[in-house]
This record gives sequence, C-alpha cells and structure tokens, in this order.
Amino acid sequence: MRSTFTLNINDERRTVTAPPRMPMLWVLRDLLALTGTKYGCGIAQCGACTVHLDGKALRSCVLPVGDVGDGHITTIEAVGRTDNGEKVQRAWMEIEVAQCGYCQPGQIMAAVALLNERPAPADFEIDAAMSGNLCRCGTYPRIREAIKLAATGKTDAMRTLVIGPSADSEVKEP
Amino acid sequence: MLRRELLKTGAFCVAFSLASKNRQAFAKSATPADAGNAAFSPNAFIQVLPDGQVRLTIPNVEMGQGIYTSEAAILAEEMDLGLDQVIVDHAPASPERYTMPLQATQLTGGSTSIRGSWDVLRSAGATARLMLINAAASRWSVRPDSCEAKRGVITHIESGRSLDYAMLVDDAQRQSVPDVVPLKDHRRFTIIGKPWQRTDTRDKVLGATRFGIDAQPPGHKCAAVIINPVWHARPRLQNAPLPAGAHEIVALDDCLAVIADDFWTASEVARTLSVEWDYGRCTPFDTAQLRKAMNHAASNAEALTARHDASWSGRTPAESAEYEFPALAHAALEPMNATVACRKDELEIWIGTQAPGRVLDAAHRLTGFPKERIQVHNHYLGGGFGRRVETDQVEQAIRIAMKVDYPVKVIWSRATDIRRDLPRPPFLDRISAALDDDGFPIEWTDHITGCSIFTRFAPQFMREDGVDPDTVDGADNLPYSIPSVHVRWTPFDMPDERPIGWWRGVGPTHNLFRVECFLDELADHAGIDPYLYRARLLQHSPRLLKVLHLAAEKADWHRPLDQGFGRGIAVGKAYESYVCAVVEVDATSTSEIRLTRCVCAVDCGVVINPNTIVAQIEGGLIFGWTAALWGELTYAAGAVEQSNFHDYRLMRMNEVPSIAVHLVESDEHPSGVGELGTAIASPALANAVFNATGFRCRRLPLVPAIAEHVQSNSGGLKQRLDNLVSSFTRQGGEP
Repeated sequence: MRSTFTLNINDERRTVTAPPRMPMLWVLRDLLALTGTKYGCGIAQCGACTVHLDGKALRSCVLPVGDVGDGHITTIEAVGRTDNGEKVQRAWMEIEVAQCGYCQPGQIMAAVALLNERPAPADFEIDAAMSGNLCRCGTYPRIREAIKLAATGKTDAMRTLVIGPSADSEVKEP
Repeated sequence: MLRRELLKTGAFCVAFSLASKNRQAFAKSATPADAGNAAFSPNAFIQVLPDGQVRLTIPNVEMGQGIYTSEAAILAEEMDLGLDQVIVDHAPASPERYTMPLQATQLTGGSTSIRGSWDVLRSAGATARLMLINAAASRWSVRPDSCEAKRGVITHIESGRSLDYAMLVDDAQRQSVPDVVPLKDHRRFTIIGKPWQRTDTRDKVLGATRFGIDAQPPGHKCAAVIINPVWHARPRLQNAPLPAGAHEIVALDDCLAVIADDFWTASEVARTLSVEWDYGRCTPFDTAQLRKAMNHAASNAEALTARHDASWSGRTPAESAEYEFPALAHAALEPMNATVACRKDELEIWIGTQAPGRVLDAAHRLTGFPKERIQVHNHYLGGGFGRRVETDQVEQAIRIAMKVDYPVKVIWSRATDIRRDLPRPPFLDRISAALDDDGFPIEWTDHITGCSIFTRFAPQFMREDGVDPDTVDGADNLPYSIPSVHVRWTPFDMPDERPIGWWRGVGPTHNLFRVECFLDELADHAGIDPYLYRARLLQHSPRLLKVLHLAAEKADWHRPLDQGFGRGIAVGKAYESYVCAVVEVDATSTSEIRLTRCVCAVDCGVVINPNTIVAQIEGGLIFGWTAALWGELTYAAGAVEQSNFHDYRLMRMNEVPSIAVHLVESDEHPSGVGELGTAIASPALANAVFNATGFRCRRLPLVPAIAEHVQSNSGGLKQRLDNLVSSFTRQGGEP
C-alpha cells in the first residue's frame, strides 16, 4: 500500500514512503517536519493548508501525494525566496496582518499565487482569490491592504515600527 | 526546579506581584527564596542580567493580542530602556506563583491583562530604575536627582560620567526598596502609544511560529480520537484485530484513540473503524426541546434579583420584547490538540493554552505526580477566544498518554472540535420599559435566562446574592440615565448536563445586543433618531457620550441614505472600555445584503499600542458579525449537527466591510479591547438591518430569523424579504 515518492519540495529532492492517497498536508507536516503548513478543516474549506504546486495555490489537505509527480511544491518556509513571496511577507510585517497567526501561512501562499497571476489585483480579484481562506481573528481588512501594499508599494494603513536601536532613536523626546 | 531555571543567579531582580497593588509588595531578590521571604508571593520578575539584558517574566500568554509587546513597552518606558533591550518570557505553569490579578488563577482571558498589570508593572519598572539610579549616585557620591537614565545608561548630568545598568547589578542589589517612586508623566512617554511591531509578528509571517499542534517531541506518535458527539456515550469494547497502519488503539471509558506514526493514518483508521456505543446514560435532546425548556424556565423557574432599584414599582410597560440567542462554537482555526509524554515519574505537556495553571492542576489531579514533576510547555495559540481556557481536551490527551510509553500528540478533527466544543450558552431574555410622555424609559425591566459558566469554572466569582456576574454584565450596570431598573436572572442548566463555556465577549455579547436593539425599538417607538435618543440618555456618561458623538461624526450619521440602504448604531461600556459602532448595510441588491461600512470609536484609556488596539477592534467586530449573521449550534438526538466550516459559517474576505477605528486620546487607566468589538458588532448590524428593511431581528442569528419571519408573514414586505432571504441563504450556503 505504501509507495516511495521522490518529491520536489522547496527546490529540494525529498523522498518519502507513504500511501499514495496521503494528503500532502500530512506528508509535509508529519513525514517531513515542515510544520508551517497548517491543518484547519481537512476538507478544503479553510485554506490554512495552502501550498503552491508549480506556483499555483492548492489546498494540500486534499492533494494526494500520489498526484504530485514531478510538480514543484513550495511551502511557507520557502516562499520568501521568490520576488512576490518576499514582497508579500514584507508587507504582512509592515502593516502587521497576523494576530494569532495560524491561518497566515495559507493566506500568504494564496496572496503570492494571486500576485503571480495578477500583479496589481483589483478588489474583486482579491475577493475572488482570498475568499477561500478563513481567518477566525478577522484580519481580512489588513490582508487586503497588505496585498495592495505588496503590489504597489503604497498604503494608507498604519505602518508598524520595528523594534530595534534604530527605530528607538527615531523617537523624539517631547 | 522551574523557578531556578527562571531566575538567573547574579542578576538584579525586582520581584513583584501583579495580584497586589500594595507598594510594599515589591522586593529585590537575588534568589526566589529571598523573594518568598518578603511576606508576599511575587508572580512577576524584572531581572537585569550582568550581560545587560533586561528580562520581564509575566504570567500572560500571547494569542495575537500583542500582550508581550505591550507589557514590554510599559516596562521599557518606566525603566528608561529601549524596547529592543527588553526580553519578555512567559512564566512556566504554576498557578500558585503566577495567579493573574483579575482571574484568580494563571489564565489569560476576559480582556484583563493590561487592566490588571498597568499600575503595578509601571511601579515595578520605576522601582527598578530608581534603585539602579540610587546605586550609581551612591557610587559617584552625587544626588540621585542629578542623574538621568536613557536606554539603560545612567549619566551624571554635570560630570558626564555614565554607567550601564549591567554594571550596577551588584550595587542595585544592595539598595533598599524605595518607599516612594514617582511614575513618568504621560506627556513624557516615548515608547507607550506608538505602533510597535509585535515581537511575534516576524515568525508568524515566515511560518516559523510553533503552535501547540507543531510540537514534535522525539519518538512521538499521533492519535486520532473517536468520541461520540453525544455526551456520556461510551464505546463498547470489542476485541478486533489491529487495523493495518495503526500502532495501537487505546480505550478510555468515553473514547477510543487510534495511534499511528502520522495523524492522517490514525484518522483513516479511526474513520473506518466501526464502534458500537452505549447510550444508556445519555439524554437525547434537540434544538426545539432546548428552546422549549428555556422558555419554560424563563416563565416558571425562580429568578434571582441582580438589581432592584427602590423606586422601581412595576408600572405597565409600553414596550416589551423577547430576545433569543443560540449556542455558539469557538471554531478557532487550530483544532484542539495536546501532546503529552507520560514517563515513570514525570509528565511533559506541549500545548497552546490560555490557562497554564489549569492545565498543571488537571495534570496533577489525573496523574498524582507532584507539580514539580510536571512540565507544561506553552506554545503559541492558533486562536483562544475562550476555548483554550478549558482543559477537557488536554485531560483526554493525558489519559491517553498514561496508557502508552511514548509521547503522543492528540489532535481533534474539525468535526470533533465543533461537536465537542464547550459552547457559548444560549440565552432567552425578556425586556420591557415603561415610558415617559416623550418616549424615554422611566422604568426598565430586564429578565435574563441562561446558564452560569462561573458556577463550574470559578465559583468564587459568584456574587453573594447568588447571581453569576457574567450573565448580567451589561444589563445590571446600564450606562443610561433610567430612573428605575429591575434586572433578574433565572439560572438554566443545559439538557444532558452539557457543559458550556467562555466565548469571546462573554456576558456583554448577549446583554449589549438586547439592550442596544431594544433601545433602538424605543427610539423608533418615540419617533426619535436612535443616535440622538441615546445621546439624551447618556448625559451623565461623558466617556460614552464622547465615543457616541465621535462615531456619529466620523460616520456622517445624518447624511441621508438611498432607498434600501440602512445605518445602525450601538454604544456600550464593557471590560472598562467605551465603544460605539455605526454599521451601514446595502440591501438594494436582489442577490445579497452586504455590510458596506463600519465606523467605530473606542475609548480604552491610555493607548499603549494603537496598532494592536485597532487590530483587536477590527477582528472583534468581524467575530461579532460572523456570529450575528450565521452563528448557531443546533442539536439533534443530543448531538451538535454542525461539523465543519461549510455548515458553521465564518465571515470571509468578500463579506467584510470597510472598517475605520477611531481611538479617543485619554489619560485614564487602560482597559480591555480584545472583546470590545465583538460585543458591539451585532447590535449595530441588527439595527442597520432594521433601518434598511424594517425587520427587527430578535432571534439570532439573522439569517434563519429572517427566513422564519418571511414564512410567517405576508404582505408588502414579503417580496423584499424574499430577496433578502435568497441573498442570506446564498451567503450561508457552501462556498
């Protein structure tokens, strides 16, 4: 029942032995200890498990390892090595999207896939691409804003100050 | 054992107690034993280490609310440190040591962290700073007030001599604790009030944060649990061969745990296993029976008086209404889970919990191990919302772990997470008012029927008159100037002894909804604008009046709306904070009703971090709208019928309106914000729906309430509501 698969994950060859039906979510988490990809629902309803297969967003909880073949899987751990991934993650930090943070790997993967398709998405395109990713903390307004910031470099949203000696010295005494 | 790890030797340590505002409660200490001698129990520590690090150890847990960063900011401000020079550690589980001031155990919840720690953390930081300055001044033989501190360096102003805090560790140790310590004037704050990026943000964005579910101790295996959604059902044991893939099947009296190398394999085996159940101890019930039972209790059972103004005389009410609230699931995105290693004489637990103290107590109770032999590794929480103050799931994991000789990670499936939730209890509330000639209430009568959570969770918080303070929070402490108020509460127990629990927003979520919607009804009855109606009743509540006017102004309240659009307002005080929300809905489309805009004004005292406060309000509002529109657990044959996000709907990106949050500048004591948005969201929305459609929703959630209304009504409104229902149904259907 188990087969051996050689997978291309985050540009590394990884060999796993698993039943072909085993979803990539659990291959990543339990066999490869890549725990950034999250379990939320198991039936493609929440998007917490979103990864990229050849740059496109997919729900890894319903993606059998036997169907991956030679496809390139990218997870949250490596998406920052791509241009759009780096831009999206930076925007996510600048306006501080995350609260509890559990759904955010999936949100970020969906957002990067959107920008891969549409470099400057309109609101309705953001809705279409992101409405399958649930966030219980309610960070949606900031997700929308961060996608726009990543796409355009501009935002009206409050930017965070990064803690560090330099940020601190910017603070003026009254 | 844990405490020795915690407190480094050779450090200058100020131990203090978040549970006491007594100035005597501070002590300097090189060892925990010294701190213990000072006739108080410190539960928080500031340590200045010889390497220059300053560590703050606090009992709160981080759930995305930014508590670590905010408490670091408070300390850095008073100690004249840079925020980058403070490291925050959360305390190890030890309820005796780390009791939270407003919780009576080591627990984070109820929007209490900042409320409980502001004064005392500032005092402790200022004390540490002054002792360091005194140490430097005495070394230089100068007056302490001729020295200043900045970024952890003390300078003698005249001579320019300077010393790092780190160089004064030993000297400061020998200083006596000063009797009087001035706090910094708010106008001199340089760190508090700025939008600092939270310390947990970076890892969360990079996918590097370890939640409870990500714990992978060496040699661990994964367990999927087979547990019946009907409480008290017991699996009948059968001796079947072990299915392929399973490592072991552990039988407990209420569940089976299938253990395998990975969670998917364990789940697959669990799915295919046929289990017979003994329902002998169960009392099956359905939603209709639950509602009937509540109705019966409200009409017949004894009611306790929560407030009875002497002037209340029981005049005939001009207006009365019944409001009904369903049970609600928490549905945190991270399903409940815990990883436990039970060894010969020690226990190790990896979990994301709001209440490490309760976890430790439960582990001690179940295993009999001394608490020193139990270690709780607290991870980040993939959503708390009140669910992770409970220990039911970790207790199950401990019982499973006690039967195996390797660490076991027990994860609940989403279906189990929803069906075995300890939900926000249902409520049935009856409210009425006698009115003066202008249509304003002169007598206000409110009768709440619902479950008490405190009775089970923390009975010491029950009032002396027998009233659960949470069930009437927001009802017996009305901010409105109403001459005579009478509030009663009828305790209700869920059928089948079904436990219920805390849910984001707690008591005020249902009480503010009823009060604010009923007030809207009264305004409508009087023919007065609901904003102005409230303003008149809030003349003696200046802080509420301020947020009311601010939200109305920013929302451009009097701007006329087109046909089919609606605007609603709600205002309230909760968790010591003041909030007003204005919501606008668009009901013009035949295909959907949309929230289009929300303007929210908040007065939560001193703003410690505007960015995290706004985030909490935005998220809290969305949490509240989600419940108002769709949130409902229904029961059939004793089991919750919902099982996943297709039938327990959460708000999605395309359904969220624009949200503007305005914070009031204030020097008042900071107050809670984590649940504020949730409590005010639903009445503002329901009032907007009324404004747009004329339909007054008195039974949540809105979607089925509107459907029922349409079925039982006909006439001019029907066509319009048919459209509304089709839109809600579409939104509520599977995406």
